[in-house]
Amino acid sequence: MLTLTDISKTFYAGTPNEVRALQGVNLKIEQGSFVVVIGTNGSGKSTLLNAVAGAFFVDEGRIELADHDVTRWPEHRRAVHIGRVFQNPFTGTAPNLSIAENLALAERRGQFRGLGWALKRRSIDELREKVKEMGLGMEDRLNNPIGSLSGGQRQSLTLLMAGLRRPDLLLLDEHTAALDPKSADQVIRLTENMIAKNKLTTMMVTHSMQQAASLGDRLIMMVRGQIMFDFQGPAKARLTPESILHKFEEVRRLERLDKPAAEQLRRVYV
Amino acid sequence: MTLLIGSLTMGMILALLAFGVLISFRILAFRDLTVDGSIALGGSVAAALIVNGFSPLAATAIAAVCGGIAGAITGVLATRFRINGLLAGILVMTALYSVNLRVMGRSNIPLMNQKTVLSPIQALAGVDDRLTLGLWTAQTQDLYTLITIVLATIAVAVTLTLYFRTQLGLAMRAAGDNIDMIRALGVDVGWMTTLGLALSNSLVALAGALLVQYQGFADVQMGIGMVVWGFASVIIGESLVRGRNVGLLIGGAIMGSVLFRLLVAIALRGGLNPNDLKLVTALFVLGALVLPDVMARLKSRNVKSRNAASR
Ligand SMILES: Nc1ncnc2c1ncn2[C@@H]1O[C@H](COP(=O)(O)OP(=O)(O)O)[C@@H](O)[C@H]1O
Ligand SMILES: [Mg+2]
Repeated sequence: MLTLTDISKTFYAGTPNEVRALQGVNLKIEQGSFVVVIGTNGSGKSTLLNAVAGAFFVDEGRIELADHDVTRWPEHRRAVHIGRVFQNPFTGTAPNLSIAENLALAERRGQFRGLGWALKRRSIDELREKVKEMGLGMEDRLNNPIGSLSGGQRQSLTLLMAGLRRPDLLLLDEHTAALDPKSADQVIRLTENMIAKNKLTTMMVTHSMQQAASLGDRLIMMVRGQIMFDFQGPAKARLTPESILHKFEEVRRLERLDKPAAEQLRRVYV
Repeated sequence: MTLLIGSLTMGMILALLAFGVLISFRILAFRDLTVDGSIALGGSVAAALIVNGFSPLAATAIAAVCGGIAGAITGVLATRFRINGLLAGILVMTALYSVNLRVMGRSNIPLMNQKTVLSPIQALAGVDDRLTLGLWTAQTQDLYTLITIVLATIAVAVTLTLYFRTQLGLAMRAAGDNIDMIRALGVDVGWMTTLGLALSNSLVALAGALLVQYQGFADVQMGIGMVVWGFASVIIGESLVRGRNVGLLIGGAIMGSVLFRLLVAIALRGGLNPNDLKLVTALFVLGALVLPDVMARLKSRNVKSRNAASR
């Protein structure tokens, strides 16, 4: 479904602020796979998802998605294949438009938009049904502006919107990190249901060890722009929050060893 | 009475300008200064074509299309060439000044003895016909003109309202509301902005074309400050309707435009020097922009000092 071949991305290249956010990432994700992505802050998780979504072009490498080479496709074109939920609940919805209008926009993700009515009675009824299924009591408020909703409600709707037209790939970037624990639980439950029901191919970044252990059938851990660990199948199933934390410790130890070594190398060569 | 009818007619014509400003400033959140150039472009093109024997209706339509092209150029400069939106508008506006002089071949064209889009309606009544409504007496021709303009503006308003309920129109509104979201839903925001600016400036040029035919002359200077006038109408409209519904905002823009014209007429009658009009308008818009902000800051300062006191 998704194949990343040796992709690299450097921000502010050639300046003192240079950040090598992705350094030769290789990843192949099979159809229907649910991949959890973890890693320390700044390790390149968001950058990886953004590279796939097309927020920027990678400096090197190839991105293949649903049998297309999308490396040079702009973001809006890749959207035909990709559903997204962002970390910030405000990013995924248009605040001044109503719930129904936001959903109607999502229903045509990646499709031609012409002079047909955006909201037809029949489609409103269908949308209402779907909102009702979420069980958040928003089905009677379809005409309210989204801006009047709480972060949790907005994030739930963004999730619904991302899946409304079945995406080939679902990208979730810490989509519960900005929510209170109760809303976060709710959104995670909705996420699980949606992915299972539609067998969605998914990449989900998370900070929660609990989520990382319990969700998905594969877990990758990023360190400094590279994939450090990749657990699949039974190995993933055996992971617990404790064993994942242990992996983080391991990485930290390696980093501490690494730093003086790198320092020494620089003193020798620069 | 003549003054009232005149202000109403002007207000209804300039409501089209307000629609344009509403689309760029409010719906697309794009501060488009092309407006000053494109309203004069609409006027210049319509006047030049009419004196060269084009049918007034065709001249008006072509003027609107030219405005659309001007808006599209601003859009391309801003989105494809990544020029700051304000600057893109200023560049096109400045260039249009020369274009308008070229189009007209001189700095103004009188249309007094020409057939305009309004001529057939005005011909329905004699020059000296009067209509009496209770205490009021009005020239029948003026009244017919007003009714025609009112109908035309309402027709445009209804069409726009319906347009913003289509898939395309809704995507355009979303592009002004949340760029990240609409891009993730597969919309090319640059194209959407360009299309919106084309729509906006074609309405502005239409206003210009009708304006010159109504007042009987086109002048290359006629666009100066028009974006601020349009913006003033939009602000007044927003304070009148209080809502985010596009239909309401469009209705508000009509009311704002008419009210603004009436205020101007009253002020001029009350002795305001016409030369000061633009200064007064600018101060009015400045006040409307700054006041809510100042109020909010005062409020938050009060809250802060209260919090500090309770600590
Ligand atoms: N658009 C950008 N411009 C500049 N630097 C960026 C950008 N996106 C990410 N970075 C940098 O790349 C590094 C990786 O960031 P990110 O992928 O957001 O990490 P995380 O794993 O926490 O999601 C960070 O140092 C960040 O500052
Ligand atoms: Mg991140």
